[in-house]
Amino acid sequence: MTLAISGKDIARQLEERFPGSVVESRQDCVVVNAGSLQAVAAFVKDTPELKCDYLNYVTAVDYFQYFEVVYQCTSIKHNHSLVIRVRCHDRDNPVIPSVVGLWQGADFQEREIYDLVGIRFEGHPNMKRIFLWEGFDGYPLRKDYL
Amino acid sequence: MAIETREFTLKTEPFMLNFGPVHPSTHGVYRMRTTLDGEVVLDIEPVFGYLHRGIEKLAEQRTFTGFIPLTDRLDYISSMSNNMAYCMAVEKLAGITVPERAEHIRVILAELQRIANHLIANGSFLNDCGAYFTPFLYMFREREKILDLFEMVSGQRLTYNFMRIGGVSQDFPEEFMPALRIFLNQMPRFIDEYDRLLKENEILLARSRGVGILTQKAAVNCSISGPVLRSTGYQWDLRRADPYSIYDRFEFDIPVGIQGDCYDRFRVRMEEMRQSLRIIEQAVKDLPQGAVRAEVPHLVRPPVGEAYSHIESPKGELGFYLVSDGSIAPYRCHVRPTSLINLTALREMVRGWKVADLILIFGSIDICLGEVDR
Repeated sequence: MTLAISGKDIARQLEERFPGSVVESRQDCVVVNAGSLQAVAAFVKDTPELKCDYLNYVTAVDYFQYFEVVYQCTSIKHNHSLVIRVRCHDRDNPVIPSVVGLWQGADFQEREIYDLVGIRFEGHPNMKRIFLWEGFDGYPLRKDYL
Repeated sequence: MAIETREFTLKTEPFMLNFGPVHPSTHGVYRMRTTLDGEVVLDIEPVFGYLHRGIEKLAEQRTFTGFIPLTDRLDYISSMSNNMAYCMAVEKLAGITVPERAEHIRVILAELQRIANHLIANGSFLNDCGAYFTPFLYMFREREKILDLFEMVSGQRLTYNFMRIGGVSQDFPEEFMPALRIFLNQMPRFIDEYDRLLKENEILLARSRGVGILTQKAAVNCSISGPVLRSTGYQWDLRRADPYSIYDRFEFDIPVGIQGDCYDRFRVRMEEMRQSLRIIEQAVKDLPQGAVRAEVPHLVRPPVGEAYSHIESPKGELGFYLVSDGSIAPYRCHVRPTSLINLTALREMVRGWKVADLILIFGSIDICLGEVDR
């Protein structure tokens, strides 16, 4: 059984290493701020005890007040997984750092989020729409798109 | 008289070749912009979206139950697995337990679906190799029998819409078990036959061994899953690593490859069919009596929250991320697309190979465009 790493435990470790990076911590996930996402991702990927080198999925949800980007990463070696969330409050120009440099598997998924939810991933090598065409008006998975 | 000698050098320059979206080797409406130098592939740029139907958006306007038929249209080669992954996600979100008999029925059908999918995957892979349609039709012959079984239980041959939240739509009909028995008795011999024809086939070995090698490191970094990941040597199968349904009760092996080339992917799929048969045998043996569906209202209202549930679909990790706001429709429904993510590594795999190998390497990944574009 893949063990779900407690968000609270991870939050404690993250606070020690990167003060101010944790926004909220729950049993099932840890919410970090966008600025420290790349540092946090590198930490969970490269720390030998965590070694979450397999990114299961990236997705985004529009909650009106903010966008939430969800990352789940798994360690094949230790068979445990962790959920990291990032919130983005700027609705007009939402930007979040890209994790493609760490997990290449995020490549198409980040493009998909950009295409359908409209969050731009800074540092992505090819930030273009993936399913819809350039010039398509609006972002269909936003809640105000009808 | 001195003969003037002049050195002739052939100057080549890279050019762009469009490949697809309407091309039999793309297994759907996939398109690549390839940059070639003569016959050698320098780079590819995938172009998606020709089958984009906005299924994730459509989910938000449907009830939880009403979305099940749309999951059939994701990976339409293996609809049963999609049904199962989605229903399991809703069950996790709403805290529903599935009756024993229904779990067994699900496992039997999901494993039959895996065999049917691998038959298509390997059959069309042989097509891409140049063994035109003979192996393909050998494999379709057996897939047909699986479709007959599915038709008995669901009335459909492609988009089954059979599983329900809390179980399955109905019990096996009377004629199902005898037909399944015959299939289980025959199938091992047919797999042996494929092995005899193909395992040491000179054409297959020459075309696929050592071609399109995917390293372990690249596979994990690109989030590759399913037979493609296992062909690199990782024993990572969600049925074992994160057992769902009742998979923890069954004995089966996880076949792995050695070096992650096209031949290994072909072999892994072949072996997985045998293991699926083993699982079905065990599930049939312990098949209990009882209800096939929990008492679940037609309009399920899961509590506010989110859930992610994944299964080992024939193509890899298939997951659904659901967010509920307490209403009868999902607030957000995200599909973790196996096929789309498995394509991430294609670019690295094909660089430096010839155009003919590009077709082969692409075919060995086994994708379904319904799931890539959604």
